[in-house]
Amino acid sequence: MFNYTIRRLLFTVPTLLLISFIIFLLLDLAPNDPTGNLPMTITPEVREKIRISLGLGEPIHIRYLLWLQQFFVNEPLNLIEEWWGIQIGDAENRLRVQSWATRSPVVDLVVERMPQTLWVVGMSYVVGILIALPIGIISAYKHYSWFDQIGTFVSMVGFSIPTFLTGTVLIVLFSVLIDSSSPFWLPSIYDTTHRVTDWSSFVVQVKQMAMPVMVLALFNAAQLSRFMRASMLDNLSQDYVRTARAKGMKERVVLLVHVLRNSLIPVVTVIALGVPQVFGGAIITEQIFKVNGLGQLLIIGVQGADIPLVQTLTFIFAVLIVLFNLIADLIYGILDPRIRYD
Amino acid sequence: MTDAALPNQAPPGEPAMRPHRSLWRDVWAQFAVHKGAMAGTGIFVFIVLAVFIGPYIHTLDPSFIDIRNKNQGPSFEHPMGTDQLGRDTFAQVLAGGQVSLAVGVTAMALSLVIGTLIGVLAGYFRRLDGPLMRFTDLFLALPLLPLLLVIIMLFRDTLRSAFGPETGIFILIVFVIGITSWMQTARIVRGDVLGLKEREFVLAAHSIGTRQHRVISRHIFPNVLSPIMVSATLGIANAIITESALSFLGLGFPSDFPTWGRLVFDGVTFLEQHPERVLYPGMAIALTVLSVNYMGDGIRDALDPRIRSNR
Repeated sequence: MFNYTIRRLLFTVPTLLLISFIIFLLLDLAPNDPTGNLPMTITPEVREKIRISLGLGEPIHIRYLLWLQQFFVNEPLNLIEEWWGIQIGDAENRLRVQSWATRSPVVDLVVERMPQTLWVVGMSYVVGILIALPIGIISAYKHYSWFDQIGTFVSMVGFSIPTFLTGTVLIVLFSVLIDSSSPFWLPSIYDTTHRVTDWSSFVVQVKQMAMPVMVLALFNAAQLSRFMRASMLDNLSQDYVRTARAKGMKERVVLLVHVLRNSLIPVVTVIALGVPQVFGGAIITEQIFKVNGLGQLLIIGVQGADIPLVQTLTFIFAVLIVLFNLIADLIYGILDPRIRYD
Repeated sequence: MTDAALPNQAPPGEPAMRPHRSLWRDVWAQFAVHKGAMAGTGIFVFIVLAVFIGPYIHTLDPSFIDIRNKNQGPSFEHPMGTDQLGRDTFAQVLAGGQVSLAVGVTAMALSLVIGTLIGVLAGYFRRLDGPLMRFTDLFLALPLLPLLLVIIMLFRDTLRSAFGPETGIFILIVFVIGITSWMQTARIVRGDVLGLKEREFVLAAHSIGTRQHRVISRHIFPNVLSPIMVSATLGIANAIITESALSFLGLGFPSDFPTWGRLVFDGVTFLEQHPERVLYPGMAIALTVLSVNYMGDGIRDALDPRIRSNR
């Protein structure tokens, strides 16, 4: 297991390098000009100077290596310095990945946006799991009952309706149709500057998180409950369940200890694999509810053709995907003793 | 065919022979049992017919601006009312449906072609297996939605000037969705081909000197059609959702060229006054995707011999 982990970790390094190179190449080969949005009165010579000041004067491999150095050496060093308040080497002149639009380091922007995304997206994933697991368990146990029929239908609907539609429908229901003085009214715009200090401000925070969290939670729960149901159904028909019942175990113990623990193995891996996708799907939800998280930062970067920002963010998403693939494999190996990686 | 005539001639003591059952009739029988799949097929056929025949019945031009009749409610002339420029919403939803469905089907076809090609090659030729599957893994590790946004942002203007605003964006979106959604198909097809190529009929084909490409096209390919059909339905649903998500983020088609996602995006601005403008195209997307997903479920059940024999 340990050897396997080390081997996989070593394998992620070339994968990530290749992905970063593909992203870099894609952005670089694209036929667009970062000075294209500037006024027409700027002369070609000045434009050329602007391009050089943006770091576009060098050939592509130099720029790629420079970006690698900035992202993998300079940024981590800077983070360490900030966390422990120490200084390593020449901190003043260390180049960081700069956003073209804001002229500030990209990683600072990411750190700024991270809490909102983590709160909303993370909470929605937790809520989604909490909804999905019981529904999947009951649907499988009462196979073909009315609960199962309704549960399967709702999960199919939740799985088919795109998040931008559920989001707008919820806004219509809770922010437009319900009067704003009613206690059930929910704000459609997420206020990031809101600080939780006492009970009433906590209630406001819960209210403004309610809709984005519900939208994402519904989508996640729909997918997860299908997996949970299928996995429970697979296990319920196995011989060890009959043995457990024949031994005279209580139905509750059979279901919640024997069957559930075995059915959770594939579901846990699916949950781990879904984490990076949640960040991706959150781009749209963040846009609807105006949550200024990572997804919205990406949209702003895309609309403003802010190449370094988009590049770094996309790469961070790629790192998340590779990382959680690894975690899913490892969890699978730990949870299921039949899986042997060596 | 001769089986049907046999019972008359059968000796009186023997039970009548059962009618001949073909695989596809069994598959259809199982599909017809799945209520959701039948309903989904019905709704999908209805939507396709409505979208492609509807404009001949409801003849208003979706882009005709009638500013005096703006923001009207539903009436006999405008069944879904008009938008802020007086364009007929119903005509726009129909026109948008044509584009959305066309994008869905074309992108699905592209991703199926790529996925099947890579899957068959990787499964059949051992030498290609490693590199092609690592390539698939690499694609699976790419963050797709961000990349879609980036590619569209970067190549939009070039393609627009090369093929005109509408065709250019259509090509771009179909291409981009196609090349980012073939991985699951490739993996499933490869798995099936790996099993199939060890079977006796492939050996028999080789032994009578059939060429490699004939073995693939005549013996391997027809046997992997069923997983491909399931991926096809899921692919349409996925492509429609992706296209509408891109349009919703303002990176899809231009606004005078309606698609369902674009209509939702335009309607969100007037959400507080006219929520129905979001709901009509939104419901169209949801209904199409839901019906296609149910069809996919039904096809998967119908093609699964374990479920079919349980009946």
